[in-house]
Amino acid sequence: MNETSEVVLLKGNEAIAKAAYRYGYDGYFGYPITPQSEVLETLALDKPWETTGMVVLQAESEVASINMVYGGGASGKCVLTSSSSPGVALMQEGISYMAGAEIPGLIVNVGRGGPGLGTIQPGQADYHQAVYGGGNGDYHCIVLAPYSVQEMADHVGLAKELMFKWRNPVIILSDGVIGQMMEKVVLPPFHPRRTDEEVRQQCPWAANGRGKEGRRPNILTSLDLDPTRMETHNRHLSEKYKQMEQAEVRYEEYHTDDAEYIIVAYGCSARISMKAIDLLRHEGIKAGLLRPITLWPFPEQRLAELAEQCKAMLTVEASEGQMVRDVRYAVARRCPVAFYGRSGGMLPSPDEVYESLKGMLS
Amino acid sequence: MTNEIIISGFGGQGVLSLGKILAYAGIMEGKEVSWMPAYGPEQRGGTANVTVIISDQPISSPIVNRYDTAIVLNQPSLDKFEPLVKPEGTLIYDTYGILTPPSRTDIRRLHIDAMQAAADMQNAKVFNMLVLGGLLHACPIVSIDNVVRALRKVLPERHHHLIPVNEAAIRRGMELIQPLS
Repeated sequence: MNETSEVVLLKGNEAIAKAAYRYGYDGYFGYPITPQSEVLETLALDKPWETTGMVVLQAESEVASINMVYGGGASGKCVLTSSSSPGVALMQEGISYMAGAEIPGLIVNVGRGGPGLGTIQPGQADYHQAVYGGGNGDYHCIVLAPYSVQEMADHVGLAKELMFKWRNPVIILSDGVIGQMMEKVVLPPFHPRRTDEEVRQQCPWAANGRGKEGRRPNILTSLDLDPTRMETHNRHLSEKYKQMEQAEVRYEEYHTDDAEYIIVAYGCSARISMKAIDLLRHEGIKAGLLRPITLWPFPEQRLAELAEQCKAMLTVEASEGQMVRDVRYAVARRCPVAFYGRSGGMLPSPDEVYESLKGMLS
Repeated sequence: MTNEIIISGFGGQGVLSLGKILAYAGIMEGKEVSWMPAYGPEQRGGTANVTVIISDQPISSPIVNRYDTAIVLNQPSLDKFEPLVKPEGTLIYDTYGILTPPSRTDIRRLHIDAMQAAADMQNAKVFNMLVLGGLLHACPIVSIDNVVRALRKVLPERHHHLIPVNEAAIRRGMELIQPLS
């Protein structure tokens, strides 16, 4: 496990697993499902419990996994689970409970085509599920959308920071392309896991025992039968979400400086769109890309600015059109917003994106 | 320079490993690489393919719809990918089991009797390294030294004693490949 700052060739799923124990995560709970099974397989091969002490457990189901994450997070531990679309659908109750009880934790979704069991081929049709909450109630998760194997690793570190900063679940919404592809990655150096004393200091809210000083028990729950108190709690959460919207928007731009046509895409679709943009630029068509890195909070303000500058936008997704609604909301008719997508495990091709944008020129 | 390569054949032929060794050798050359498998319920006897891109530039899409180089190791792969080779591109195929050879004249067509050579060497497992040798002769994308270094990376240490056999197969493949006459 001595790979520090060395360039290695890894699958996105392998990068998630290796980053988890290198960033000092305390536990992983998961259940195999294509196309993310290599996360659990890599952890089983690398046996981090023998080195960092990280717990790795194959749960009996996705429902069990997310509730183990709830338990781990509630005790101030840094824990994660991973699955793919139908498995993440099963976790929604637990995610809503975590958001309600303000419990940190990371949920990785290596998405595939849906709905239902769908297909095992890549998909981005879980945008609504991740961004608008597949569970009940007024809540948000921070949603990170890696577009490379390097970002798969980096976002595991970013998620650790964000989940404790905000006491909130974080979702990495990836897809079968980024999970299955191999490319160069530099893994992070080993970060030590937090000691019990550090957890006690940094997470005074955690349900981890009353300790020697015999402090008051911490109760973490999403249940409150008194509606006035429940509303007060919702207002507190809303206030927190507003702060997160101010502080945590992340995005990246590609050739937007002089762009007349802007593609908006994340994850695998961003990669595919970049190729299309190169083809368009080659013909002198000024195309660029805005790539949201956080899907929630969404880069609304930047999109509104870019909409003033460009002639039209094109949203590209491996879905029938989900993020495009948020793009249109942000753009607010400042410019036309078109959509191109493939679904059910099919992917937009660079040529299709190129043709789609060329069709907008006339 | 960017080389967008598709390697396609039956499951069990070592298609994905061939791609991985090629990609790792690309890293050894200081290049950008991507490796994207067609994953699914593939198994021995099913179809398998992988897209490998080796470039001097950062790689945008790991998925492409036209290829500079196609390595096709059975008839269904040949039928599927021959039309997707870019004009002036390269198509390499193993003659074993091929009833309809490639017909395009705007691409470079080469064949290699790797299946037969592996049988002659009494080692079916070096089949993919024979093919890799053929590719390196036709398109010197990476050096053979870097392929050997890649083998050290990809193979677990307990298999390192097999590296000379693999290297010999690569060199044999370089001799075997021939333009379609």
